Amino acid sequence: MRVVVDYDLCESNAICMQIAPDVFEVRDDDFLYVLDEQPADDRRAAMEEAVQRCPKQAIALED
Amino acid sequence: MPVGRDRVTIVGASLAGYWAAETLRRDGFDGAVSLIGDEPHAPYDRPPLSKKYLAGGVDRHRVDLADPEKLASLDLDLRLGHRATGLDVAARTLEVDGVVEPFDGLVVATGARCRTLPETGGMAGVHTLRTVDDADAVRAAMDAGAERVVVVGAGFIGAEVASTATERGLAVTMVEALDAPFGRVLGVEMGAVLADVHRGHGVDLRTGTGVDEVLTGSDGAGARVAGVRLSDGTEVAADLVVVGIGVIPNVDWLEGSGLELADGVVCDETCLAAPNVVAAGDVARWANPRYDGSMRVEHWDNAVQQGVHAARRLLQTDEEAQPFSPVPWFWSDQYDRKVQLAGRTHPDAEVRVVTGSVDEHRFVAYYGHAGRFLGALGMNRPRHVMQSKGLLEQGATWDEALAFAADWD
Repeated sequence: MRVVVDYDLCESNAICMQIAPDVFEVRDDDFLYVLDEQPADDRRAAMEEAVQRCPKQAIALED
Repeated sequence: MPVGRDRVTIVGASLAGYWAAETLRRDGFDGAVSLIGDEPHAPYDRPPLSKKYLAGGVDRHRVDLADPEKLASLDLDLRLGHRATGLDVAARTLEVDGVVEPFDGLVVATGARCRTLPETGGMAGVHTLRTVDDADAVRAAMDAGAERVVVVGAGFIGAEVASTATERGLAVTMVEALDAPFGRVLGVEMGAVLADVHRGHGVDLRTGTGVDEVLTGSDGAGARVAGVRLSDGTEVAADLVVVGIGVIPNVDWLEGSGLELADGVVCDETCLAAPNVVAAGDVARWANPRYDGSMRVEHWDNAVQQGVHAARRLLQTDEEAQPFSPVPWFWSDQYDRKVQLAGRTHPDAEVRVVTGSVDEHRFVAYYGHAGRFLGALGMNRPRHVMQSKGLLEQGATWDEALAFAADWD
């Protein structure tokens, strides 16, 4: 599983960071950083929730 | 899954309805799923309509919630342009465009519709903004050369339309009955910060003022808006009026259905409204166990989460059912500011700026009352708002929240 962020769409609402702080981090510069682009499979439910709840639909998962 | 529930009907094909359908399939439900929407469009996303879509920078297909392949993969009986007209909970039947059909499980996600100003129906140049057709109409008016817009109401729609219109070069007057933008949501003190943001961008903001009358002229084809008269007697000229004065939940079709209605469809804490019937999104009033009483939330994130939760509830037994207990959260983009609120405010809440600078429009403010931490407002501080949302979910006290935030600077 690979996490892909479309940074043209991302507006750093940071909801993904709250769902999975081990994978997503919005820093004090207000930009999103992906900490782990290939999270383990047991993080799939959290990744799917991050995709769902991203207000800008900026996150995608690739297998 | 309870026996015999092999046909689920979802009424309302917007955010909550779409995610309910998606969740049923994701969770392996292999019965029939009908998704019925009264708009002619496949499910789409509303937040961009007052922002980037209105600005003109977003193609129509970019606001769709799912591309055609994804939608097809859900194997839905998708009925667009159809309206549910009645429900009989006891008989487990639904009426669609006057035709009765059975269901085993039902998701009510009919959303809400805009309040309007009296005697403005059909008046050229006066718009509400909720649907993509509404947004197309407002955008067309701007493209056609509208120069002066009056925005009535300084809530989400009004403030975002004011922002977009300003950035498009229109002269904007925003009229708000309360003493500040977002006054009901943020209180007057923080609402005043938003007022400062709008005025700083050249918006002529009139607070504490209502609109008494929409004035018309004639363009040869009939009545056309010419401006508004405010409750203080002032007249403001306009060739475009956008009205954002709140919404009314769409429950009229449920009168006599057997569901309890009270400014929304009344649900228990699991989003169940009656046996085999759940509700989600703007139309649902449910008993969030995190708060006293019941609540109805009109925010985007709530519609997503509640659509998911309600769909699962339908597939669960009473023993398996879980309460739906989110901390509400919203964002609003205005100019280059991102406003976010996690939690709720209270009219008597103490408001304390815990980091950043109000004058620079980049800060976090906490709301507390009676020793409880109630909410966190951020302006261009998404990271801290989200950390605060976690605290709210943990039920942190006011002192604990202030101690947490003290580490930020």
